[in-house]
Amino acid sequence: MLTIAGRKFRSRLFGGTGKFSSPEIMKEALAASGCEMVTVALRRVDLNNPADDIMRVLDRERYLFLPNTSGARDAGEAIRLARLARASGGGEWLKLEVTPDPRTLLPDPIETLKATEELVKEGFKVLPYINADPILALRLQDAGAVAVMPLGSPIGTNQGVLTRFQIEIIIAQAQVPVIVDAGLGAPSHVAEAMEMGADAVLVNTAIAVAGDPVRMARAFAMAVEAGRIAYEAGLGAVRKDAAPSSPEDGLGFLR
Amino acid sequence: MKILCNGETLELAAGIRVADYLSQLGLDASSVVVECDGKILTREEYGSHALQDGSVLELIRFVGGG
Amino acid sequence: MFTIPEFPALQDAISRATEAEVVRALHADRPGLAGLAALLSPAAEPHLAAMAKHSAAITSQRFGRTMQMYAPVYVSSFCANRCAYCGFSADNIIDRRVLTFAEAESEAMILHQRGFSHLLLVSGEAPAKVGVDYLEELALRLRGRFAALSIEVQPLATEEYARLFRAGITAVAVYQETYDRGVYKQVHLAGRKADFDYRLETPARAAAAGMREVGIGALLGLADWRAEGLALGLHLAWLRKHYWRTGLTVSFPRMRPAQGEFKPLNPVSERNLSQMIFALRIFDPDVGLYLSTREEARYRDGMIGLGPTRYSAGSCTAPGGYGLADAGGEQFEVGDSRSLAEVSAAIQQKGFDPVLKDWDAVFQIKGDRQQAA
Repeated sequence: MLTIAGRKFRSRLFGGTGKFSSPEIMKEALAASGCEMVTVALRRVDLNNPADDIMRVLDRERYLFLPNTSGARDAGEAIRLARLARASGGGEWLKLEVTPDPRTLLPDPIETLKATEELVKEGFKVLPYINADPILALRLQDAGAVAVMPLGSPIGTNQGVLTRFQIEIIIAQAQVPVIVDAGLGAPSHVAEAMEMGADAVLVNTAIAVAGDPVRMARAFAMAVEAGRIAYEAGLGAVRKDAAPSSPEDGLGFLR
Repeated sequence: MKILCNGETLELAAGIRVADYLSQLGLDASSVVVECDGKILTREEYGSHALQDGSVLELIRFVGGG
Repeated sequence: MFTIPEFPALQDAISRATEAEVVRALHADRPGLAGLAALLSPAAEPHLAAMAKHSAAITSQRFGRTMQMYAPVYVSSFCANRCAYCGFSADNIIDRRVLTFAEAESEAMILHQRGFSHLLLVSGEAPAKVGVDYLEELALRLRGRFAALSIEVQPLATEEYARLFRAGITAVAVYQETYDRGVYKQVHLAGRKADFDYRLETPARAAAAGMREVGIGALLGLADWRAEGLALGLHLAWLRKHYWRTGLTVSFPRMRPAQGEFKPLNPVSERNLSQMIFALRIFDPDVGLYLSTREEARYRDGMIGLGPTRYSAGSCTAPGGYGLADAGGEQFEVGDSRSLAEVSAAIQQKGFDPVLKDWDAVFQIKGDRQQAA
């Protein structure tokens, strides 16, 4: 069972709530995914449309809310959003996202580390979203992050786990759970991430914009399970080089 | 009196309390975070905190996001 | 805190390993502890050549075709411990000597002249004779002339290691001798060394103090070498997780059956030693591996390129043995007595580059007592 900051999760798939065509579809798709934690963002209330409220369809008894700081361009903005999230009853869980470049939405490592250090001091359970930088992951763990969320590829690009070799290093060195987030565009991508040993994955765009989000959510759920079982069952060896020509090749010096 | 709410300048009855303003807008107080003049208000304060001329209000809520 | 499972549990994990697991470990990117157990097991013995090849490939990839050279300087043969297996045991009647600073510098300069830039300062465990003050003063005197100074002395406290780091010590070697509590108790009869847990925590204290490198090891021949190998793997993995900035090395001091009066409880053959070295290299591609002059020239030459990355040469294990009259008793008999020039030639003959200097004291600018060269 997956444990993050002392809390247990049966599902290793986490869901995002953005980009859905309607709150109702979002609700059904999240239910089909079996996920137990969902990300939400914080934005100004649209004064012209006050009834537009996803809280109508998201059951807080069923899902642990993971507010994100999307929109923050530096540590200061992220910290402000974090405090707002906590004040709105979001709890202490926080997906820290500091993305100054609106084109790529890639996370700023320096601002992310700064914000993590401050937010940990304020009692938040920080899950920082980062590029797949193994040293940064170590620094964030040292700073008290309860998990790390390295990206597979940039948000919304659906390119899969382009950062494979770095994520393998992060997983090998991690002392906290590793949640691969962003860019996971197909169930095969999440299966790959899970086979590598990731503790969980977060998927938003690929489910939200699928032709049939509810069925796609189900497909992702199955892929996460398959990948995890494969990892635990021990994947077969991939032969890298030939065996030596004789059984004592190169060992003639031994007495 | 005039206040700034979510970046828009608005005319309001003088001394209106936050809780009443939220009702006026048709907003469920439990789903909204209120930041007044840079300070986050607690839910308990909604009923007592009165807006003044020149107040800067931010009304924030959870929305969909990844 | 690092904890080690009971030895029977380690032995059990190893004995259950199958040939299929050995093959899997040889081809996995990250064999893990299960892979290490398989590679240390009897099931891996028919695959020794394949292990050598894989170990050589990894070593070449990580370290290039190089061998780092170092030399030990024994500064004292006084020892308060009574370790059944050691020449310096307090029970043994040998010539004891502790070098004065001038004498220690003189020994070091002989090595400096030979070309060494990495020194390992060794002493028996006798804080009254060689304490932190002594080591600190010696480090300050030597740091300008040597790129790296490591110590192999009694376990110290974190603050003491921090003091020594500021004075110029870059690395600490401390061997658990055996990770088998039962055997440990048997052979460590008296002295501070009898405390198994304090010793076990020592590498972590040295790393916490900021030492660039920490060296661990087991004295091969005391307990079951396969389980020692697995314990070393566990220790390495723990240190990597908790002190990721610290470089790690493993040494393989092997009791040779012909030497001394202490008969190894579990003799380790050259094949066994090779299997252990290859297994640890495959398990941890980045760990430095020491092969000292305890081993014979023929064996050391054969192992060049197959896994070890650090060789000493021309070593004396008696305080004052390099250049002083009346050198004290030796800790152990040397198996490879060739000079640095001879060992370097052998290394070059095999197509490898003997590296004398791999660091520089000038990079270590912490500390308020910098000494001009």
